[in-house]
Amino acid sequence: MCTEGRYAALVALSTQLHVVTGKGGTGKTTVAAALATALADAGQRVLLCEVEGRQGIAQLFDVPPLPYEERKVAAGLGGGEVFALAVDPEAALLEYLDMYYRLGRAGKALDRFGVIDFATTIAPGVRDVLLTGKVYEAARRRDGDQFAYDAVILDAPPTGRITRFLNVNAEVAGLAKVGPVRKQADSIMRMMHAPTTRVHVVTLLEEMPVQETLDGITGLRRTGLPVGNIIVNLVRTGALSPATQEAVGSGDLTTDAVAAVLRAVALDPDAAPALLDAGRASRERQLLQDRQSARLRATGVPVATLPLLRDGIDLGALYELARALRDEGVA
Amino acid sequence: MTARVRTSPTGRPGRPRAANGATGGALDVDALLADRGVEIIVCCGSGGVGKTTTSAALALRAAEQGRRVCVLTIDPARRLAQSLGLTELDNVPRPVEGAGADGGSLDAMMLDMKRTFDEVVEAHASPEKAAQILSNPFYMALSSSFAGTQEYMAMEKLGQLHGQATSFIQDRAEDTSDPPWDLIVVDTPPSRSALDFLDAPERLSSLLDGRFVRVMLAPAKGPAKLFSAGLGLVTGALNKLLGAQVLTDVQTFVAAFDTLFGGFRQRAESTFALLQAPQTAFLVVAAPESVAMREAAYFVERLAGEGMPLAGLVVNRVHPGGAPGIGSVEAEAAAHKLANGDEAEQQVAELLTLHTERRRTAARETRVTKSFRAAHPSVPTMSVPALAGDVHDLESLRLIGALLAGEDEATS
Repeated sequence: MCTEGRYAALVALSTQLHVVTGKGGTGKTTVAAALATALADAGQRVLLCEVEGRQGIAQLFDVPPLPYEERKVAAGLGGGEVFALAVDPEAALLEYLDMYYRLGRAGKALDRFGVIDFATTIAPGVRDVLLTGKVYEAARRRDGDQFAYDAVILDAPPTGRITRFLNVNAEVAGLAKVGPVRKQADSIMRMMHAPTTRVHVVTLLEEMPVQETLDGITGLRRTGLPVGNIIVNLVRTGALSPATQEAVGSGDLTTDAVAAVLRAVALDPDAAPALLDAGRASRERQLLQDRQSARLRATGVPVATLPLLRDGIDLGALYELARALRDEGVA
Repeated sequence: MTARVRTSPTGRPGRPRAANGATGGALDVDALLADRGVEIIVCCGSGGVGKTTTSAALALRAAEQGRRVCVLTIDPARRLAQSLGLTELDNVPRPVEGAGADGGSLDAMMLDMKRTFDEVVEAHASPEKAAQILSNPFYMALSSSFAGTQEYMAMEKLGQLHGQATSFIQDRAEDTSDPPWDLIVVDTPPSRSALDFLDAPERLSSLLDGRFVRVMLAPAKGPAKLFSAGLGLVTGALNKLLGAQVLTDVQTFVAAFDTLFGGFRQRAESTFALLQAPQTAFLVVAAPESVAMREAAYFVERLAGEGMPLAGLVVNRVHPGGAPGIGSVEAEAAAHKLANGDEAEQQVAELLTLHTERRRTAARETRVTKSFRAAHPSVPTMSVPALAGDVHDLESLRLIGALLAGEDEATS
């Protein structure tokens, strides 16, 4: 690891960057956190960043709300560590101004005039440059001759916005043709397009999230951003085997046959029609899922699946999902 | 912030709604749709709970009970949009073929947020000023990617549609034709939080009315003394960071927008007032999961706090408990026994395992729903069973409408 890490640090522009996106409600924050846990389990030192001010990471790891500061939130089983950071655009802008321009007083004046608010909300692209800029800084930070982190994971904005978010310089170009903000945007772009970056798209096996995933992948590919995995989340393991689904669907398994078996084990035979109805509904859902799954596979992007954990997500569940991500070859 | 107008913009007297009484119990959807005093139904709730489908199903049912309905959808799934005949985003309500009975009709539209914003600019600024605004990079960012614009534009469009319907009623003396709609059903954007659309108008107007914007305007129209030392520092810093051309863009944008500020603020306020008016009914849509129900609870409390009329809660995609007469424990035990039997026995074992899962899911969902009811006893609720398939035609929307109205799946 050590020599390898040193070598990687010598040739690479930045450390490994995993960008996790997905339609709202698909669980991208959970997947990002599970990925961080998986890498930490493998002994890596990982930074997990969120940029949407939701404090989703703090909730998942059951720690107090994260400040604008890198904090250790979990230890990996293999000796690795997960650090987390909630990137706040206003704090990032002030930090940026202070770092590069020593704008102590002017920085405050900017705030007083509402410029910070303006710049971080409606000035096109500036917000995204600030958010990705902080991630860029962390991904390039060195500790001696190695990168400070073995991997940086970004819990990114939803699929609908991801291409625009990652292609910050295009947005900024409409605004700043020169100056440090433009220069910064250009360097961020180089990192985003480098082979050290992978963009993962989280989805559910439902029509809308799948459509958004396909559209998102088209957008990422068009702009040359490196697509990593499609991660299908919350997959229910069906209770019915393919053979039973077939028998239920074709009518080979009759109401009478079911009633007879129920009678034999002293259960109410009148329940047979309802049991078969439930079986048919389950089959229909399965077929829908299979159709969506085929659409995802047609993209050629590797597809990984994560199970639905019925008891909700807690720290233990994160480790379980982390294991699944490793089994699926994502981490 | 200025005080909000709390009277109905159409000046009609308030009238208590049956569904808004102090007693909870079941939500009577058909009574709500039949109430001619209800002119707007807003479906809100967190993302992914089926708001759009619920809005479309309600609108269709109302149309088939004789109302002239317009449904404003925000981001429909492709197949749902197709089922409503919405093949393109043209920001204008289009008639849905094959929908409506008893003199009722259904028009549907998909919101195009940028187009709506552009139209507002075009309607309220001179042609040359409008052109200046539309091509400004700050305006383009504001109208296409500012968080909150979609929510704001949904409300703007609602105001416009309602205005269209209302002015028709007022002009009816000379005009013998009927108003285009007597009911508008509106879906709310898939926000991070269900509350965003209530906050968006305020956020947008406070941004456009902020100190920076006012200071930026000052050089263009005020005396030179407004150039304070602070502003010099600010402009210096901005020039250094972004290049001088940016400041010119900001100034152009702000100056051009200035004439619109008053109008924006005013319309945001009147839309807010419209939402509080007695002819509006809110339906909160939730899924029977703890996160979504918690969000629904926040929403219910917020609506009450803002004085907005809540008609009730729709708990969507509830999983039915499956076959009556077999409990989950005995099903599990029997499945275990049958698992090594012949083919039919193995298949029944799988069906019993499925049954156990369904019973457990149903029990969890019932628990979540019950705890909401216990905390909000005055809110009428309605549970809608989950369908196995996608909603992709008017027939399945009709089925959902029937389920919303409490009709049994078998009788519809």
